[in-house]
Order: sequence, then C-alpha cells, then structure tokens
Amino acid sequence: MMLRKWCLVLLTCLLFTSAARAQLVIEVTSGADKLLPIAIVPFGYNGTDPLPQDVAQIVQDDLVRSGLFKAIPRSSMLSQPSKLSDVYYRDWRLLKADYVLIGSIKNISGDRYRVGFQLLNVLTQKPADDYTTIDVTKNHLRDAAHYISDAVFKKLTGIRGDFSTRILYVTEQNAESKHPLYKLQVADADGYRPQVIVESDEPILSPAWSRNGRDIAYVMFKNMRPRIFIQELATGKRKQIMSFKGLNGSPAFSPDGKKLALVLSKDGNAEIYTLDLATQKLERMTHNYAIDTEPAWGPKGNSIYFTSDRGGNPQIYRLDIKTKKVERITFEGDSNYRARLTPDGRFLVCIEKVGGDFHIAVQDLKTGRVKILTHTDLDESPTISPNGTMVMYATTENGKEILAVVSVDGLVKYKLPSTDGEVREPAWSPYFN
Amino acid sequence: MSVNKLGKFAVVGLSAAWLAGCSTTGANTDASTATTATNEGTATTEQAAPADTDKSATYAANQDNSVTSVVDNQQDKAKSSKSMLDGVATVFYFSFDKSIVRPDAQQALQIHAKYLIANPEEHVILEGNTDERGTREYNMALGERRAKAVARYLEIQGVPASQIETVSFGEEVPVAFGHDEKSWQLNRRVDLRYEK
Repeated sequence: MMLRKWCLVLLTCLLFTSAARAQLVIEVTSGADKLLPIAIVPFGYNGTDPLPQDVAQIVQDDLVRSGLFKAIPRSSMLSQPSKLSDVYYRDWRLLKADYVLIGSIKNISGDRYRVGFQLLNVLTQKPADDYTTIDVTKNHLRDAAHYISDAVFKKLTGIRGDFSTRILYVTEQNAESKHPLYKLQVADADGYRPQVIVESDEPILSPAWSRNGRDIAYVMFKNMRPRIFIQELATGKRKQIMSFKGLNGSPAFSPDGKKLALVLSKDGNAEIYTLDLATQKLERMTHNYAIDTEPAWGPKGNSIYFTSDRGGNPQIYRLDIKTKKVERITFEGDSNYRARLTPDGRFLVCIEKVGGDFHIAVQDLKTGRVKILTHTDLDESPTISPNGTMVMYATTENGKEILAVVSVDGLVKYKLPSTDGEVREPAWSPYFN
Repeated sequence: MSVNKLGKFAVVGLSAAWLAGCSTTGANTDASTATTATNEGTATTEQAAPADTDKSATYAANQDNSVTSVVDNQQDKAKSSKSMLDGVATVFYFSFDKSIVRPDAQQALQIHAKYLIANPEEHVILEGNTDERGTREYNMALGERRAKAVARYLEIQGVPASQIETVSFGEEVPVAFGHDEKSWQLNRRVDLRYEK
C-alpha cells in the first residue's frame, strides 16, 4: 500500500520534470489585459491507439508563443466539448474566454486521421469560422496542429500565421574537444521535429533558404577552407558552388530566386558579389578596401544591405543595385552588423554593439528610430519570420549557445527548447505555399 | 660556386612551387588558382638574381638527373637552420576588431621572414582567427584581414608571396572557451604554421 503510494508520487515527479524540461518559457511584457483570451479545448478522439501528439496543446502553444493570446487552462474548463451541439457558451463566458476552439480526430483508415475543427465566438455565441477538416497520416498530426494555428491566427489577427514554417540552424557537439561535430538541422519553427541535413567535423555556418523553401545554401569548411554549397532539401542533392581562394561566404537568395548574393575575397578582400544561378555569371557589387560582407536583399530585390567598416567601424550600408550608389543606414551604437529586412521593407533588424554588449536592434527605416530589443549578450544571427513579426537569433546563456525569439515590437520573448550542444545560426524559412 | 649554390636554391624553389600546386588539388578551382598565384609571385618578384637563376635551374634540372639528391642536400641544410626557429613565437595576437600587427610580434616575424627567405622550399599558412563577439561572417572577413596583415609584414621583409598562404577561420576555431576578455584575447590571433 505504502509502496504503491510512493510509486505514484515518483511517477508524478518524473512526469513533472520531463514536462518542465520540454516546456517553453515565454515572457510576454505587454499588458496581460491586451492578450486575447481563448480556450483551446482538448480534441475529441474516437480511436483506441493513443495518439502521438496532443493536437490541441500544440495549437495552444503556438498561439501563446505569438504573444497575442492568453489560453484558458484546461483544468478550469467546466466542460470539454468536441462538437458544436455540446457547447454551452455560458460556460465559456464565465471563464472570460472570448473565443473557443473545438475539434475532433477520427481514425479513418490505417494510420490516416481526419482532424476537424471550428472556432467559436463566445460574445456573439456563434461560430467565428466554418467547420474545417484536414486528413493527415499519424506522422503529420503536428502539421495539422500548425495548420489549425495558422487558420485561427489569421482569423483573429488578420495576419498570416507562420506556425507551419521551419527553421534551419547549426549545432556543434563536443565544442571544447579536438573532435567537434557540426550538424546543419531543420526543424519546425517551434524547435520540434529536428532533422539532420548535413553532418561534418568541420564548421558549418550561414544557412539560407531559397524563396520557395526547396533549396538551401550554406557555408561549410572543406579541408579547413570555407566553401558555399547549395542543397535540395527533399533529395539531399548538393553542389559546391563557390571555392575561390580566400573567403566564400554569406550566401543570400534574391527575392526572385534567380541570384545569390555572396562574399568572396578572390580580388583581395571581402567584397559582395551576385551570382546568376542560371548563367553562373558573377558580378562584383562593392569596390572598397574595407570589409564588405553579410549581404541581405531588400524585399523588392533592387537593393542589398550589407555590413562594412569603410567608415572606421562596422555599420550597415545600402547598395542600390542599378545605380551602385551606396548609402549608410545605421548611425546608433558603436557598430552594427548583419542586417535583415522585414518583408514589407519597413524595419531593419541587426546586431548593435553598445559598449561591450551585442544586442538585437530594430530600426524603423521610415522614421530612423532605433530600438534595442534584447538584453541578453553576445547576440548574433538575427532572422525574421516570414510574416515579419518575430526575430529569431542566437545568444549565449550560462556559457551555452541557444536560440531565442523576440517580437519586432520587443514585447514578446521566448527561448527555444535547448538541444544537446551549442545551437546557432538560425534561418527562418519562407512560407511553403 | 655562388652560382651553383643559387642554382640549387632555384631547383628547390621549383619543386616547392610544384608542391604548392599539389597541396591544393583537393578542390578543383583552388588548384588552378593556387598555381596561378604561385607563378605570378615568381614572375613579379623584385629580387632579380633568383628570378634569373630560375632559368638555369630549369636547364640544370632537365640536364641532370640528380635533382633528388640536390633536394636532399637542401633539406639537410634547412633542417640545420630550422633551429633558428626554436622558441620563436608562432601565435600573434590582436586587439578587438583590429588587424594591426603589434610591435611585440615583429621580432618573431622577422626571424620567420629570414628563415623563409633562406629556405624558399618552405611554406607558411597564416590562419586568422577572431573572438566570438560580433557576427560570424564579419569575423570570417576580420580573420582574413588579420592573416593578410601578417602576410604583408612578412612580404615587406622580403618573403615571396608564393611562400605564404592566408586562410580565415573567423570565430569558428577558438582555442579558449570562456566568455571573457582573457579567452577572447587568446582567440584574437593568427597562427603561423609551416606546411610540410
């Protein structure tokens, strides 16, 4: 009797610790009253085999991570309906939920499932959207969840959700040994379902997505010399495209997907070039004895933002591709590095050095106003979500490299669940459809 | 006597150039680039005497099958003079975001330069590194600039460019793993390695 009780306690402890480890710590600094209260009811399920994913929980995590929603805890739900006829709006009004998401999962054959969901408006006591179903295999229940998150997010905010997008990043294991192991990985935007794309005992850096999300480019050392590769994600087919003497770095696909901006030092020092992917023609874009690096295309493809120390300290400059005119963009802080542009071209996100610290900064290109978004240190590699609301970056916590996210408005911050080893160089994918 | 000596040097110089070509054949594009660079370096060298004797060396090498033994002799000679490098620094440190060769590095670099001039078959790789601060690709460029600053210093001392290769590891290959100035200083460095 006594023993059984202990077992139960122990089991509970184990469950709690593993749950705690997997949980995202999200810090939302905007007023809690501004968060939209939503109840994501656990989805009904007709099957007998346990499901590998708690779809409603994934949807809830997605929405909360956006920093715009507050989830009604499951434990306080008075009922857990999975179909419209079972919904009592009064129950949800009591819990101060503005919206309720209900859903159900049906095993339709073998490992195929039909996931149905509907968003309800508690205030009007009416469905807020049509009842929708999606069919997926067991392995794709997470995709179904992200799809639902995107649909709810779009309905309630008017902004396209990026929960179905993915991230590339580099991990390094045994960093302090003589045999470090580098892996280029791809995962869901929430850090789950990581898959190794490339493994090497030499450094990998600067992963970049093509605009259709099918190809990626990255820098990998071969015989301790940096080389640029382009790889097709689905097949793993890869091509070494740049192996000049000196630097081969910073690949960035143009918005129309036809060109790759990159950095070579074959003509003496780090300069920015564009490579026409069809004709393989290289065009030199910068001519300066200073360092010119980290090209980022303007959203319309007619300009390239880059880092240069031509003025003494590293700053962000903008090159007009047609006129080749170069204009300095950043003036605050000691120096600024590695620009990324929001898809609407309004904001420039970069690394700003202030005193001895390196933070993520955002500059409004219309007003020129600059805001420091992070108070972590040694921040680097900012990458912007395709809807332009979030910045993922690499930072150091307790001496370990991790990935973190901050919203462009600075109000939402969270860290990605940490995997083994050092995690760095995130690159947020475009939309896949 | 002295002509003969120079001839031997030049033979070694040639085989070294050939070696340089070989050592980079791992990557196709590089092999050709490296070879071109070596040739250019030889052609534009301002030291007239060795350039002149290059031709006679080629002639001598073609006439005479004793190339191997000549190289052997030279290697013995190099071995004996290698002792001049004993205890001489091969790591050169830099200040944050700077690529200026510090005065305290110059004495050691002058000894390396003397050795390289005396042993044209020797090659050095200068590996530029940075600390972890700042962005990775900027640091790749900064590491290269540091390696090139050291290369330029050696070239000013008279070392032919063909004996020097520069490469940048950026912040990717630290030797110290702390996140403090002590570690950062150790990582802001150029390693000089003799290629064999």
